[in-house]
Amino acid sequence: MNKLRRKVYMAAGYNTVSLGTGRKEFNPKKPRPGIEHYIKEAGQGTLKQIGGAGNVDEGVIGNFMAGRFNKQGHLAGFIPMIDEGLQYKPSTRVEGACASGALALATGIKSVLADSADVVLTVGVEVQNTMKAIYGADVLAGAGWFQKRKEGHAYFFPGQFSDRAGAYYEKYGMEYARKGMKQWFINAIENARLCPTAQEYENKVDDLGALYDKMKPNGKSFVDNLNVLDCSKVSDAASGIAIMSEEGLKRCGIPKSQAVEVIGIAQVERNITNDPPDLTELTAIKKAAAQALENAGITINDLATLELHDCFSIAGVLTMEALGFAKPGEGAQFIADRNTARDGKIPTNTTGGLIGWGHPTGGTGVHQAVTIWEQLTGNAGDAQIEISKDKPYGMTINMGGDDVTVVAIIYKRADW
Amino acid sequence: MTYDERLQNVSVLGAAGKMGSGILLLTAVEMADLSLKPENKGKTFALNAIDVSSAGLAGLMRYLKSQVLKIAEKKTVLLRQLYKERKDLIENEDIINQYIFDVMNIVRPTMRVEAAYDSNIIFEAIIENQDLKIKLFKQIDENNTGKPWFFTNTSSVPIHLLDEGANLNGRILGFHFYNPPAVQRLVELITTDKTVPEMIEFANSYAKNLRKIIVPSNDKAGFIGNGHFMRDALHGIKEVERLSKDMPFVEALYMINKVSQDFLVRPMGIFQLIDYVGIDVVKFIMEVMNPHLPDEDLHSDLLDKMMDMGVKGGQNSDGSQKDGFLKYERGKPVAVFNPDTKEYVEISTFQQKCNEKLGALPQTWKPWKVVNFSRGKKEAMLEAYFKELAGMDTLGAKLAKSYNAKSNEIGNFLVSSGVSNSADDVNTVMLTGFYHAYGPINDYLK
Repeated sequence: MNKLRRKVYMAAGYNTVSLGTGRKEFNPKKPRPGIEHYIKEAGQGTLKQIGGAGNVDEGVIGNFMAGRFNKQGHLAGFIPMIDEGLQYKPSTRVEGACASGALALATGIKSVLADSADVVLTVGVEVQNTMKAIYGADVLAGAGWFQKRKEGHAYFFPGQFSDRAGAYYEKYGMEYARKGMKQWFINAIENARLCPTAQEYENKVDDLGALYDKMKPNGKSFVDNLNVLDCSKVSDAASGIAIMSEEGLKRCGIPKSQAVEVIGIAQVERNITNDPPDLTELTAIKKAAAQALENAGITINDLATLELHDCFSIAGVLTMEALGFAKPGEGAQFIADRNTARDGKIPTNTTGGLIGWGHPTGGTGVHQAVTIWEQLTGNAGDAQIEISKDKPYGMTINMGGDDVTVVAIIYKRADW
Repeated sequence: MTYDERLQNVSVLGAAGKMGSGILLLTAVEMADLSLKPENKGKTFALNAIDVSSAGLAGLMRYLKSQVLKIAEKKTVLLRQLYKERKDLIENEDIINQYIFDVMNIVRPTMRVEAAYDSNIIFEAIIENQDLKIKLFKQIDENNTGKPWFFTNTSSVPIHLLDEGANLNGRILGFHFYNPPAVQRLVELITTDKTVPEMIEFANSYAKNLRKIIVPSNDKAGFIGNGHFMRDALHGIKEVERLSKDMPFVEALYMINKVSQDFLVRPMGIFQLIDYVGIDVVKFIMEVMNPHLPDEDLHSDLLDKMMDMGVKGGQNSDGSQKDGFLKYERGKPVAVFNPDTKEYVEISTFQQKCNEKLGALPQTWKPWKVVNFSRGKKEAMLEAYFKELAGMDTLGAKLAKSYNAKSNEIGNFLVSSGVSNSADDVNTVMLTGFYHAYGPINDYLK
């Protein structure tokens, strides 16, 4: 992508609770809030911080599969539901599987870059607990090529990433790989315990490592190379954030200390009908991350924090390698050595990521941006990590499907 | 005849009953799985669900559909393999729906016993009526040219009496599921000297495929499970009768129920268990067993009295508990029945007084749920608990020690009287069939 020709900011992030197994208030047998509730809460959460709907020029909503999870299409029509002030303003729904959230961000960013809007309300949402996991797996399999569904696993995407984990085990050793994956899980839960909206916020397991070790992968009941702790959560949640120009910030009265500037973005698409070229590499992520860093003019060593798409723990390992934090085959060790822990070399997924905070598929990309915004502006509460002026950068990587749609965005605290 | 061929035509008598419906479900699923094997392509599998109640059969089909759905959802990973060649079945939902259809398609609900005339196997789960069982077995056997095998679910009638009464020449064995059959893993297998060896071999394979644990029991009335339960229940009743000479009946019953649950670390108290099984069923099983036990009298006037007053316990069709000795709210006992006034007395009105009389539970006590599911720590927890209990002199501790001693005595009696081949078998039945945390034959208090 071209260098950004206009300054683009984000501010006023808001996350709903990520509801699903793990949260005390979640009871699959009782009625729960619908998708409308989440869109409204996240949208209003952002509007409240930017002086109301009157300041908004347009809306973008990212969602993956409401058509099946909620029997609801036409989600752009729900943006004006958030507030009467959004009635008759432009609104767009975007979809790119689990990268729908970041595609919504990219769409908003492009509107600001095109000078067609100064304030874009961006919402990402998914409400998935409307069905049992075995049927949800069918819906989520839509992120792959349907022609491959028949030969795929009952749990299609866990099956895809189990194959990736299997290939990694074969190349570098299973015991070695799972050390890194275990630490990934431990970090996810420990970080989630610091974030009140996280699905694993109330997780009270004493010895997470022992729990992980106890749950061996079992292909008879699940997939061959992953256990359920290696997997992201099934979540109902939405996140909202405002994408703004310089004028937009002024209009909304947002000081730059409370905003992040988008300094680089890359959007990459891999042919969905092709198998991944190398199961032990996330090629599209590698390309997107490199482009975004180039676009921003920084290196990975400048990053203070990172939000990456750990739909499965093995994706965490492979992404660390794709980004260049570790050489191929050394990602597991890099993580096992606590380099991605909140006090490590590159604090990653500081509110739990997809495994700890939750994974409302179409909303995840926006949630990642909100987390980076919180961290860089000092709004992360108990989950706050130290951010210094000499390293004011954060990065998000949101992936759709098996390394098919990838959006990488680089942020900087706006007043530094 | 191979295992698969044997299961091509099966009948379940009493299919709409609580036990029958479970047996039918498990068998239908096993038959459907066989029918999906490539080598069985084109073969017809038929399972006759025979019952006297038309409404019951309608309910059975609803139950079956809901249960097969759950089973299919749990084993979708395997089902995708079984339906690999079906190109039209792509998503999990397609496969699950097809499997439900394939299982239901095997079942033929009917009120006519004649359907069993073509079956290779007849599972029997009708009421515990020896004469009726013999009459039906005889009728089917005389009209079925295939010399069918009879699997009876009786929990109390000696198998040799059914064999002799129906002239089956060893083509019958006891295959006693526990309630509910779809969940409980225990099956008591009762054979006689005359039982056809191939039948025993088949029974073992069938149980293995159903992932059941088989415990052999000898052909003595009541077998192991009811052999322990009935005597254990009678002990509880006698203790209540003894205590109620000095205190109100409802308080005595509350205390013995509490002792047999909390102090003995069992999943439920003895009177809750009687209610769960049904006062009528317990009374009936005792009546079936009693004539075969010349040195004992398995009988309770109290059970007769409760039945006369129409207080039967048991469960509603939705699985909720009916009131019996105890009254239940959301599955928990809240009151005790007073047979003199025919009214329930709220537990809360005397609970504190009774608990004080019993004395505190040992400090090392933990609820059954915690103990039973503490893998690797259970034995140490139980040892510490009983050691502390042994040194206590409260009323609760005394009653518990005496209750445990009685349970121990019953367990040993089942071995010495030849009902069970070993102490291990007795303990396995109580651990898996009754979900006890420990077997009755133990050394905790010795």
